[in-house]
Amino acid sequence: MMLVVGVLKMNLSAARIRAVARKEVRDYRRNKFIATTMAIMPLMFMIAPVVTIFALPASMPADKLDTGIGVSMLYLMLIPALVPAVVSSYAVVGEREQGTLEPVLTTPVRREELLLGKALAAFVPTLAISYAMFGVFLIFAATVAHPNVSADVFHTSRVLPQLLFTPLLAGWSIWAGIAVSTRTSDVRVAQQLGSLASLPPLAVTSLFGFGVIKPSLGLAVVLGLALLVIDLLAWKAVSALFDRERLVTGGKA
Amino acid sequence: MTVTSDRAAPVPGSAAIVVEGLTKRFAARTAFEDVTFSVEHGEVFGFLGPNGAGKTSTVRTLGTLIAPTSGRATVAGLTLRADNGVEIRRRISVMPESPGLYLRLSVAENLAYFAGLYELSDARGRIERALRAVNLAERADDPCRSLSKGLRQRVGLARALLNDPQVLFLDEPTSGLDPVAAREVHELIDELRKRGVTIFLTTHRLAEAERLCDRVGIMNTTLRMVGRPDELREKLFTKSLEIRTRDPLPDPERLLAALPGAEGWHRNQDGTYVFAVADPELAAPEAARAVVAAGGDLLSLSPTRHSLEDVYLQLIDTDVEAQS
Repeated sequence: MMLVVGVLKMNLSAARIRAVARKEVRDYRRNKFIATTMAIMPLMFMIAPVVTIFALPASMPADKLDTGIGVSMLYLMLIPALVPAVVSSYAVVGEREQGTLEPVLTTPVRREELLLGKALAAFVPTLAISYAMFGVFLIFAATVAHPNVSADVFHTSRVLPQLLFTPLLAGWSIWAGIAVSTRTSDVRVAQQLGSLASLPPLAVTSLFGFGVIKPSLGLAVVLGLALLVIDLLAWKAVSALFDRERLVTGGKA
Repeated sequence: MTVTSDRAAPVPGSAAIVVEGLTKRFAARTAFEDVTFSVEHGEVFGFLGPNGAGKTSTVRTLGTLIAPTSGRATVAGLTLRADNGVEIRRRISVMPESPGLYLRLSVAENLAYFAGLYELSDARGRIERALRAVNLAERADDPCRSLSKGLRQRVGLARALLNDPQVLFLDEPTSGLDPVAAREVHELIDELRKRGVTIFLTTHRLAEAERLCDRVGIMNTTLRMVGRPDELREKLFTKSLEIRTRDPLPDPERLLAALPGAEGWHRNQDGTYVFAVADPELAAPEAARAVVAAGGDLLSLSPTRHSLEDVYLQLIDTDVEAQS
């Protein structure tokens, strides 16, 4: 969707965006630090929810059960919030550090295309991993949890926010990470700041996790639109931050 | 080594690069100032200067990576403006000092990425041709991490050739290379020159510039001089004859009087006499006869040869980097 809107509005090249995304994925797969982090981090965030729903006694009072399951779901939301931050905060500063950014900037690629390609390379795997982990969690909930617990987990008010907020959180996290990456000059600093910047939206999602806000179809549409608007605004804002001259000269300008 | 071309012919009579009064300042520091020159199509133009003289900043400006503070330029037929950036970058190639390869990717994968960024048709064919041009076809599947610095530089050159550029900017292409690897890069540049590619070469290797470049510009924040190396020598140095004799001449003034067009003389510390003359070729036989007539034992007699290094040192006398 982001790609289509971008191409229509700004005469962007889908071929160049694809080239960037393909290269990014290829490079990340061979980057041991990133590949390991992207594999281990989701597993870590899934262990606690699985153990929690396994350990929750069926006799627990309803409000405490709600809280226990809400906390479990919050752990799962950390996956789309934190996993892409690792990749996206590396996206620009990593290229600067290894000296590959300048040759790329001498090609006809526009900054919007470059950033969109990098965002897609983080977004698609994050979505796949997050939904896969959620699927595994649901399988555990269906097979090992007490039926009362299982019924609570499978309630629309639990599943819908998870499905809706996964891309929303990932989108926020990616653009926050790339924004940090364009303005810092050290990969480790970028990754720390990127992870921190990805956390604020969790405050909103936790309201759903704890049942403070009840999801509905109307809310789903609103949130879907919010996702689109936030993604586009963030893309434009981060593109404005992407200053070729500063990135190439190291901030002499 | 052959390089094929399907590049559109440039407009006859138009220069590949025209620069007029171009200036770039970074806050209080001036990278380069009031630079004016032009480069013809098919020319290899050398841009010489010490570290910090503004060579790389000039390349980055002409390559649309950084914006000039003032002045005008035309690159590959297009005015240097922000809204022409994409089209200028489509027509040129820039090879920075460090090739900047993705070390985890193979040689072919690196080139495929850039072929995608240039949206090239027949990307596979172009990659094969570019790799053949730099004698790396056999290493296409090797990870760049496994290549030596010289080979990485050649991959960088292959990448710069992918889009068949009208103007190729090479920023210190032999920096850090051993003599054999540097010679291979020189041979490739020679090939590109034969093919008619306009090359803008920055270097501080003077022998490299003298060997490869049709014209050179000598830069030290401002452009000190532009011309063919022999033109620069003529502009900067008076023509002279160098005469070595076994013993000191008894009366050099008499010898000076005997030479046509002679203007003066001095004796170097090594004992060689240097006579400033209008035409060394014309004066040489007369000089030989005069030395013999004066009873001198002539060991050697030759026109003074000034290298590009002499020209460079004459023009560049300050350490810019230390001052900035």
